[in-house]
Amino acid sequence: MPRLLTGNRLETGDVIWWTGSGWSLHLKDAVAVDADGEALLARFAPEERINDLALIDVDAAPDGWRPRTTRERVRAVGPSVRPDFALPSLPVEAI
Amino acid sequence: MYRYDQYDQAIVDARVAEFKDQVARRLRGEITEDQFKPLRLMNGLYLQLHAYMLRVAIPYGTLDSRQLRMLAHIARRYDRGYGHFTTRQNIQYNWIKLEETPDLLADLASVEMHAFQTSGNCIRNISSDQFAAAAADEIADPRPYAELLRQWSTLHPEFSFLPRKFKIAVTGSALDRAAIQLHDIGIQLVQNDAGEIGLKVLVGGGMGRTPMLAPVIRAWLPVADYLSYMEAILRVYNRHGRRDNIYKARIKILVNDLGAAEFARQVEEEWAQLKPLGLDPPPSELARIAAHFQPPALDAGAPVDIDLSNPEFANWVAVNTHSHKVPGHAIVTISLKAPGEIPGDASADQMDRIADLAERYAQDEIRVTHAQNLVLPHVAQADLFAIWQALRDIGLATANLDRASDIISCPGLDYCTLANARSIPIAQKLAVRLAPQEAELGELKIKISGCINGCGHHHAGHIGILGVDRKGEENYQLLLGGSGAEDASLAKILGPGFDENGIVTAVEKVIDRYKSLRADPSERFLDTWRRVGAEPFKEAVYG
Repeated sequence: MPRLLTGNRLETGDVIWWTGSGWSLHLKDAVAVDADGEALLARFAPEERINDLALIDVDAAPDGWRPRTTRERVRAVGPSVRPDFALPSLPVEAI
Repeated sequence: MYRYDQYDQAIVDARVAEFKDQVARRLRGEITEDQFKPLRLMNGLYLQLHAYMLRVAIPYGTLDSRQLRMLAHIARRYDRGYGHFTTRQNIQYNWIKLEETPDLLADLASVEMHAFQTSGNCIRNISSDQFAAAAADEIADPRPYAELLRQWSTLHPEFSFLPRKFKIAVTGSALDRAAIQLHDIGIQLVQNDAGEIGLKVLVGGGMGRTPMLAPVIRAWLPVADYLSYMEAILRVYNRHGRRDNIYKARIKILVNDLGAAEFARQVEEEWAQLKPLGLDPPPSELARIAAHFQPPALDAGAPVDIDLSNPEFANWVAVNTHSHKVPGHAIVTISLKAPGEIPGDASADQMDRIADLAERYAQDEIRVTHAQNLVLPHVAQADLFAIWQALRDIGLATANLDRASDIISCPGLDYCTLANARSIPIAQKLAVRLAPQEAELGELKIKISGCINGCGHHHAGHIGILGVDRKGEENYQLLLGGSGAEDASLAKILGPGFDENGIVTAVEKVIDRYKSLRADPSERFLDTWRRVGAEPFKEAVYG
């Protein structure tokens, strides 16, 4: 099962995703870290610039990643009750 | 309203400066998140799913128009144009940036507000009756007593690291609008035959994982002994509360384990040691505070009869206003629960307009209710029509107080890291579905929490809904028979849970069965439940 690396940016609290070369606000930019996940956690955690670093399970769907849990889908998109704030990573209806 | 003196302001200003330095050090990488997290939580700053969340204290739910306009400014300047009023009479902002928080807190301090003691294992913001100083049934205004507690508990070094968080509510009325039986300490002002005011003290109530109703541990406490007795309660809790298990750390567990009588005995024993030390302030101090809460000079000869020929207005008056202790006046509740909207949310523009109304028509006061609505406490009946028109213009004239669409809901999994399921969408669906028949249903309190912590007060709902996680998917338990009022009771789970659509259907089945069971149209859902028990409702939902 693919895994993504995510966390919250220290300065703003924004949800961010590891893209392989940097961090993005958008789930669609994320890359699967799979076996490298633990090493990336070990690399970024001591830097103390990203809070709540975590590896999450996703499924690969034709239109992009789909996090396995409702919680992570909400994190990726934004509050389901505020579609006006929704990030374009996943349709709000897909939560 | 209470106004800060130089000591209050100095405390808040010093705290803003201290936190500004702490934030700067964190951003420079001089302290770790593990070191910083308890510091930010002590200033009400949480990290939620999408961003930082700031919980701002609103002492006993009382604001003036200047403060509400500042809350609107903060929503615009630092957030996304809205705020969320909570079940503890506070407000939360959901999109705060750490780097902007020091400026935000400085803005708050400029109107005598802050965000500390809205998190952590300390004495939290004191809550009270939203109808204080206005209710016809009140013995005395509870807010001076709440304010005295606020001053006593602010940054109290002995009680800043309790076994667990600690919530106190104070009411001055026998009709309980502050849910005192569901607080760690509940205080009710009472009057003896000589007309003296004293305090009835309840300890050990709460919701969450282990819901309990607070027993009375002292039926009469002289006002002069107020703070030393509170200190004795906190000392017994601080000494014996369970610090080894977070789920057993609230005072309700201690009171339940010891028994109310033994807990009370230990408090009395501790109090006997404390009382001679002179901890209680002189009567002049309570009088000094009470002077800030003098009732407004209202014209008792104001007209009582108003034109109710507009049926929509007449319905709003009937549902959303209450009798005021001064003839010719009313208490207005502004519903933040228009069906389909997010319970408790208000936009910055709405807050500004309500501040305008308070300034013009309501003696410059606004109250926040634990049911996530707002109140204009002192309104001349002759001004009700103008207020209703103004509220209608901003979408806040919904006439549904204590009815089926006036639903309490926590932020749930749409915002909260602790939540297991979304609660707001359930509230929205139910409100839309039930609004057409709510007038026929009468008083019906529905309360929804997205996790066992119970911020949505599901255990106190006539109908309660608890969101749980079932293998990564949302699931909802249905509870019936709770009340947070003077007839308090704890709702019980009816049976197996449901998915998002299933819970809405289940509630509708419960309501349909209630309509067929009630003795007459005036019998509330809660009273029908208490009369007939669970079985007919189980049969309706699961049969």
